[in-house]
Amino acid sequence: MISIKNISKHYKTVEALKNISLEVNEGELFGIIGPDGAGKTTLFRILTSLLLADSGQAAVDGLDVVRDYKELRRRIGYMPGRFSLYQDLTVEENLHFFAAVFNTTIEENYYLIEDIYKQIEPFKTRRAGKLSGGMKQKLALSCALIHKPRVLFLDEPTTGVDPVSRKEFWEMLRKLKTQGITIAVSTPYMDEATLCDRIALMQHGELLTIDTPANIIAAYPKKLYRMEATMKKEEVKTNPKVETCFLFGEYWHLTFKNDIEPTWKLKEIQPTIEDCFVEKMK
Amino acid sequence: MNMAKNNFQFSIFNFQFWCFVQKEFYHIFRDRRTVMVMILMPIIQVILFGFAITTEVKNVKIAIYDPSRDVATQHITEKIGAGEFFIIDRYLNSPAEIDRTFREGEVSVIILFSDNFGERLLHTGDAGIQVLLDASEPNQASSAGMYINSIIADYQQELMREASIPFQIRPEIRMLYNPSMKSGYNFVPGVMGMILMLICAMMTSIAIVREKEMGTMEVLLASPVKPIYVVLSKMSPYFVISWFNLITILLLSVYVLGVPVSGNLFWLNVLSLLFIVVALGLGLFISTLVDTQVAAMLASGMGMIMPVMLLSGFVFPTESMPPVLQWLSTVVPARWYIAAVRRIMIEGAPVQAVWKEFAILAGMAAVIITVSLKNFKSRLE
Repeated sequence: MISIKNISKHYKTVEALKNISLEVNEGELFGIIGPDGAGKTTLFRILTSLLLADSGQAAVDGLDVVRDYKELRRRIGYMPGRFSLYQDLTVEENLHFFAAVFNTTIEENYYLIEDIYKQIEPFKTRRAGKLSGGMKQKLALSCALIHKPRVLFLDEPTTGVDPVSRKEFWEMLRKLKTQGITIAVSTPYMDEATLCDRIALMQHGELLTIDTPANIIAAYPKKLYRMEATMKKEEVKTNPKVETCFLFGEYWHLTFKNDIEPTWKLKEIQPTIEDCFVEKMK
Repeated sequence: MNMAKNNFQFSIFNFQFWCFVQKEFYHIFRDRRTVMVMILMPIIQVILFGFAITTEVKNVKIAIYDPSRDVATQHITEKIGAGEFFIIDRYLNSPAEIDRTFREGEVSVIILFSDNFGERLLHTGDAGIQVLLDASEPNQASSAGMYINSIIADYQQELMREASIPFQIRPEIRMLYNPSMKSGYNFVPGVMGMILMLICAMMTSIAIVREKEMGTMEVLLASPVKPIYVVLSKMSPYFVISWFNLITILLLSVYVLGVPVSGNLFWLNVLSLLFIVVALGLGLFISTLVDTQVAAMLASGMGMIMPVMLLSGFVFPTESMPPVLQWLSTVVPARWYIAAVRRIMIEGAPVQAVWKEFAILAGMAAVIITVSLKNFKSRLE
C-alpha cells in the first residue's frame, strides 16, 4: 500500500532521511517509532506529496508521490503533528469545511466517523480552539477521515494528549483498521508501539529495524534484568560485569556481559520496545 | 454524459467555493478587533486628514512693522486681518524684532512696510512691502504668501481705479477646481488609495500567511483543493469590505468634508474596483514570498503603504520629484489610481480622459495575479 525505495532528504545542513526503504501492506496499522528529530515528519510529508525527496521513489496506493500527486491527494487523509484545524471555527464548521474541501458531505461518510464524532458532538457549537487536547485530536481525526481515505497518515497524533485520551485514540485506530483503511502513524511514545501491527524504529533519519513488535522483542539478544534504583549511578555503571544499564523510572534495566552480579537483587524481565530501541541505537 | 459531468463539476465548484467564502467571512467577523479596525480606519483617516492634518491657511498669526501708520498701510492691514485666514497678532517697533518674533513661534508671517509708505506710494508710485514667511512649514508659507500677494494686488487695483488710469493689467489668481484651497480635494483620492491598498494587500497577505503559520495550509495542500479556490475565497471578503470602505469614504467626503463627486459615480466605482483587484493581487503576491504574519505585515507596510504615501502624489506631487523617483513612482499602482480619481471625482472629467490609467491598472492586475498564481506553491517548499 505504501512503498518507499531508497528515499533520502536533506535540509540545509541536516540529513533528515538517509536512504530509507519500507513497505506497508494494505489494511495494516503501521507505526513509525522514534524520538524527536528522527525524520518521521519529513517522511510523512514526502508520502503526502508535501515535500520532494532528494532521491528515491515512493508510492502510496500505487500512485507515485511526485508524478501522481493530484490523484494521491484525493485518496489520503493527513493529520499533521501540530493541531491544524481552524481554531476560530466551531467543531461543526470545521467538519463541514473539510467535507467541502474533499467535495463530499458529512452525511456521505458519517458511518466512518460516527464513533469518534459522537464523542465531540455535544460540543459541536464550541470553537475548536477551546477544546481540550483529546477532543481536538478527535476532531482532527474526524476531519481527516471525512472523505473516506484509502490511507491515513497520522503524524504524532497523541503528542501532548493526556494518557486516557491517548488510550481512547488508539482504540479508535484499531476500529478504523477494521474498515479496511491503511494507517501509518508516527509516535515518540514507545509504549504505543505494541498497539501497531508492525513498526519501524527510526533514529537520525535511519530505520533501525522493521518488524512486528513481538518479533522485535523476541529478537532482543540478551537476558534483561530489572533492579530497584537505590544504588548510586556510578556504582552501577562501573561494575565490571555490567554491559548496559539504563534507568527506567525507578528501576535499572541491566544486561550483563557473562554472569550476573550475585549480590544485587535482580529480576529477569521481558524487554519492552524501548529496551529494544536503546539496544539498537548502540 | 459529457454534459452531465460538466454540470456536476460546475455545481461542485459553486458549493465548494461558497463553503470556502463562508469560512473566510467567519474568520474575519469573529476577529472583532480586526473588523473594528477595518470599518473604523477609513472614518478616522478621513476625519484626521479633514480636520486635524490640514494644509489650509487659517488663523495664521501675523506681525506688522508699520513705521508710517498712514491711511494706505492701515487699509492694507485691515484687508489682511479681515478674513478668517490671518490674525493680526502684534505690531513691531523695529525690524530688529523680526528674528525674535519668529523664534517665539507664534507668528509665522511678518509684513514690513517701508518708511513713509503712503506718501511714497502717492508721489513716486514706488512703495515697498516686504513679506517674510516662516517657511519651516513650506505648504502653509506658500499658501499664505500667495494669499497676501493677492490682497496687495487687490489694493493696488483699487488705487488704480481711483486714479482712473485705463488698461491696467490686473493679476488674477484663481484656484481652479478647489477655489478655497480645501485640502480635502487633495487628500480624499489619496486616502482612498491608501485605505484600499492597506485593507486589500495587507489583510489578504496576512490571511493567507496565517494559514501557513497555523499549519492549516499543510492540510489544505495535502487535499485535492485547487490553490486558486483557496486564494479566490480569501480575497472575496476583502473585496466586499474594501468596497464598503470606498462608499464610506465617499459619503464622508461629500457630507462631512463637502468635497463633491463631480464626475461619473459609476466609473469612479469601476476604477476603484479595478484598483482593489490590483491591491488584492499584491497581497497574494506578498503571501507567496513570506511565511509569517509579521513578515507579511512588514512587507505590505513597507512595500505598499510607504510607496502609496510617498510616491503616489498623495503627499508630494510626483511632478516635482527627481527623475529617478518619478520613474519609480510609475510602478506604484496607487499613483495611477489617485491621479485618475482626481480627474474623475474632483475635476469631473469623462472616463475617456483616464483611459491610460485604466489600461495601466488593468495591465498591472493581470501581471501581478498571473505571477502570484504561478508563484503559489503546491508543496511546502
